[in-house]
Amino acid sequence: MANEETTIQEEPKKEPKKKEALFSRRNRRYLLDPLDDDNPITVQVLGICSALAVTTKIKPAFVMAVSVVAVTLFSNLIISLMRKGIPNRIRMIVQLTVIAALVVLVDQVLKAYLYDVSTQLTVFVGLIITNCIIMGRLEAFAMANKPWPSVLDGIGNGLGYGAILIVVAVFRELLGAGELLGNRIIPLSWYVENGGWYVNNGLMVLPPAAMFLIGIYIWVQRGFNKKLHNIS
Amino acid sequence: MNLRHAISKPIRNVFDKIKPHVQPGEKFEMAYTTFDAIESLLFVPDHTTKSGVHIRDGIDLKRTMITVVIAMIPALLFGIWNAGHQHYLAIGEFAGVREGFLLKLLFGSIKVLPIVAVSYGVGLTIEFISVTIKKEQVNEGFLVTGMLIPLVMPVNIPLWMVAVATVFAVVIGKEAFGGTGMNILNVALTARAFLFFAYPKNMSGDDPWVASSVKDGQALVDGFTGETPLAQAVENGTNITSVSGEAIGLSDFVLGTIPGSIGETSSVAILLGASILLITGIGSWRIMLSVVLGGLTMGYIFNLLGLNAFMSVPFYYHLFMGGFMFGMVFMATDPVTAAQTNRGKYIYGFLIGLLAVMIRVFNPAYPEGMMLAILLMNVFAPLIDHYVIQGNINRRLAHG
Repeated sequence: MANEETTIQEEPKKEPKKKEALFSRRNRRYLLDPLDDDNPITVQVLGICSALAVTTKIKPAFVMAVSVVAVTLFSNLIISLMRKGIPNRIRMIVQLTVIAALVVLVDQVLKAYLYDVSTQLTVFVGLIITNCIIMGRLEAFAMANKPWPSVLDGIGNGLGYGAILIVVAVFRELLGAGELLGNRIIPLSWYVENGGWYVNNGLMVLPPAAMFLIGIYIWVQRGFNKKLHNIS
Repeated sequence: MNLRHAISKPIRNVFDKIKPHVQPGEKFEMAYTTFDAIESLLFVPDHTTKSGVHIRDGIDLKRTMITVVIAMIPALLFGIWNAGHQHYLAIGEFAGVREGFLLKLLFGSIKVLPIVAVSYGVGLTIEFISVTIKKEQVNEGFLVTGMLIPLVMPVNIPLWMVAVATVFAVVIGKEAFGGTGMNILNVALTARAFLFFAYPKNMSGDDPWVASSVKDGQALVDGFTGETPLAQAVENGTNITSVSGEAIGLSDFVLGTIPGSIGETSSVAILLGASILLITGIGSWRIMLSVVLGGLTMGYIFNLLGLNAFMSVPFYYHLFMGGFMFGMVFMATDPVTAAQTNRGKYIYGFLIGLLAVMIRVFNPAYPEGMMLAILLMNVFAPLIDHYVIQGNINRRLAHG
């Protein structure tokens, strides 16, 4: 399922002597591209499994998104700092060790402060380790770029992933439970049990619904975003 | 001037007046496809093929589709009558098959025809919108689907659910893949599967099948059960009762005076349709034959095992219970989603029959094994074709 096709974005050989602004045009693109043009889920097609699993409700999806942002941010930063010292032949192992350490940290924080959400997310926090997005960004970006752009790239990709999670979760919670963030949106009096006509859509609670929603998102996105028209 | 001209001339004039304004590039070009569809429905198109014609055959998409729709009419009519019949059985009036014919037909029409109308209305609206966006011409692809959807619905299904399922099936099942002829899954079954998983209470159990319930304040007969024979067979084997609690058997399944989806109950009516499809050569006899063989084979294996009540139901019962016959005749033979090669059709059909009975017996939660079996084999059909063709190539290479 992982789209392993990763293009290494080369560091420009001759850096201009003048120091680059923190949010130069190029740096802004590292941050903003993954939100739409280069979205990790809908364009790179990475990290689908967790997007199907944790999006039944908005709250766990949000927590998952924040966790992934934290992991992509710090793993990108750490690997970028270490990039010149990592022997090429064992780089994957080094990367995995860093990611695993960060994920354990996130898991512990969630268990300590957000225990109920942590139980809802079950193994999927631990499975952030296997999320292709993180490994992909390390290989494709952090290994070849300076710390600051790597941080931006990490945040951008984490947010791009999180945005899709939230969009999918909004639809799934609204149609599957009639609620948003636990607040009732569809009035109880509409339901069949109370003499109305409405029934919650049971399909929305099942993982296939997330697949349909992501598919529709990709369809709509490619319909509007002209840059994505000719990619396979 | 005869009557036909007197009627058609003014309409033709109206069309001629509108026509220049809706041509591509003109002010109302967005209405072109809609205009074109209505015009070609009412009048014979006046343009002819520009280059040479290669194939001369009267059969086209329109005629194929209409033939299939005609083949479904017996099942629809029986379904309408049966909706009324089950209702009156449940409230203990006109229990005989011959009694109250017109009342049953009237009651069934009130229940069934709105479902047909919603299915066609919603589906055709989406078709028109999507061809307008894609700037293509409307085709007849929805004619059959629009009739199949109501026939696989329980009679008590709320109309809005029919509408939602139709939207889902046409948009996700068909238009996303490129429209008529490009879909991987049978569109009507996609609609049914969507409802089955989205609103299970309205698609299984004993509520949906009989158009009357305690909730409506109607007094039901003693021993009422709304479960379909298929659902009863899971527990009771062949000890199956009708809606009013009387024992029924194979002859009732064949005739179809049992609760079930609107079009699926009567094997007689379905076989009437099947004969139309077979005589005109539109339905594939290879698929129908192999589905029967597959179902009988699996049923026979279960008979030999005989581990529970459902397994010991005589193997030929499976052909006449639930949606087996309907799926075999109208769904499995769908030329778009079935296997294309002749040998592939045998494999495809046989596995549908096999899987349908297997899913029924192994998983009582999914009594409608036929639906799931056909959808599953729809997905595998291209793979089957690939290996059949590859096999031919290899065989010829070996001899060459």
